[in-house]
Amino acid sequence: MQSLEQIKTRIESAVPGAKIDIVPNASPSQQLSFKIDNEHAREVAKFLRDDSALRFDFCSNVTGVDWLDRTVTKKVKVRKVVEGEEKEVEETQQEKIPGYLEAVYHLYSIEHKHGPIIIRMRTADRGEGVRAPSVTPIWRSAEFQEREIFDLYGIRFEGHPDLRRILMWDEFKDYPMRKDYREPDDYEYEPTPHDDVLEKAKQHYAPRPQLDGAENITAQP
Amino acid sequence: MSDIDEGLRAELQRQGIWVTSMQELYNWGRKNSIWPLQFGLACCAIEMIATAASRYDIARFGGEIFRPSPRQADLMIVAGTVTKKMAPQIVRLYNQMPDPKYVISMGACAISGGPFKQGYNVLKGIDRYIPVDVYIPGCPPRPEALLHAFMELQRKIDEQKLTGAGKAAHLDRTHPSEFPVPAFGAHDLEPAANSAVFQPPEIQR
Repeated sequence: MQSLEQIKTRIESAVPGAKIDIVPNASPSQQLSFKIDNEHAREVAKFLRDDSALRFDFCSNVTGVDWLDRTVTKKVKVRKVVEGEEKEVEETQQEKIPGYLEAVYHLYSIEHKHGPIIIRMRTADRGEGVRAPSVTPIWRSAEFQEREIFDLYGIRFEGHPDLRRILMWDEFKDYPMRKDYREPDDYEYEPTPHDDVLEKAKQHYAPRPQLDGAENITAQP
Repeated sequence: MSDIDEGLRAELQRQGIWVTSMQELYNWGRKNSIWPLQFGLACCAIEMIATAASRYDIARFGGEIFRPSPRQADLMIVAGTVTKKMAPQIVRLYNQMPDPKYVISMGACAISGGPFKQGYNVLKGIDRYIPVDVYIPGCPPRPEALLHAFMELQRKIDEQKLTGAGKAAHLDRTHPSEFPVPAFGAHDLEPAANSAVFQPPEIQR
């Protein structure tokens, strides 16, 4: 398989205007991925599937990721005038990254026996009704998994043939896999609670009755 | 049956005369011909299938006729995880079973939600919506445990009275035989539990 940089330049020449970023991965797997802009996602996907050298004909897995708002602290070298002379000084800067939702696709080629490559698409924010393009018309195997992401994360896939909830019922309003989801409180009977279940169960306890003097007896030496 | 002296009864039986009562005969017939409803929800169902198959053979206890229709079933074995999406269908099936009917709650999930108890999508015990006769702990319970529960149920049926104050629930007109089916709500099932059936025990800490 060609390197990701090679594939990237080939995509950019084949699909004019496509914005492809290689997303770094600092984990031991070093598995890099493409971030694809939403406007050209369909053409890029079509290119990845149909190009004779790549032929990513199998979309094995689709998943969602919820990224909350975060601040990244990093050290930057800045040229500054310190005590009358210009010096290179390290400065810590904080960068605010607004939250977004992400759909991640793992692609393999059965014909060439290579892969995976990973493509990602991001929504604008984490609001209600955020959108991302569907690649179900390119890879049919994405259909149910995109429905699952819609169900659990709330990404609306544009161009999906049958976008409905798949696991939860139709009347359900929440998106349970989002990090700010709070599950319904049915912790009224917890015989052995611990950790955060204990905190939830405590709200259902009757407060301890007044001590009846028995504790004085046991407290005696 | 309580009227006749046990010693006299045993003596008569030695002479070839078998004295019984309507209640005893009726319960004997019912407890040895329990038709379970044929459905499974998760891995407990595999154990239930094993119980019905040749090695454990639930037919020895008269329970081999699994019916695919609630209208022909006496016993509902809730075998597996009850998701909140499935719970209304379970209650509806229970409502469609004719009286007298019994429920075995098989395994940790059907009792309390089991390992999925803290999940947002799993019902924390089928006893929140329908009355349960026998609970079997285990994850999953072995076939022997299901047979044990089955025998416990037989014992329970055998003790049911046909007349008098403490008569069986299905003979009591005031006793409900159907329970409200929960509705799919925006965040949870509505109601989250049927308070007429489910009262969580008070825990003192």
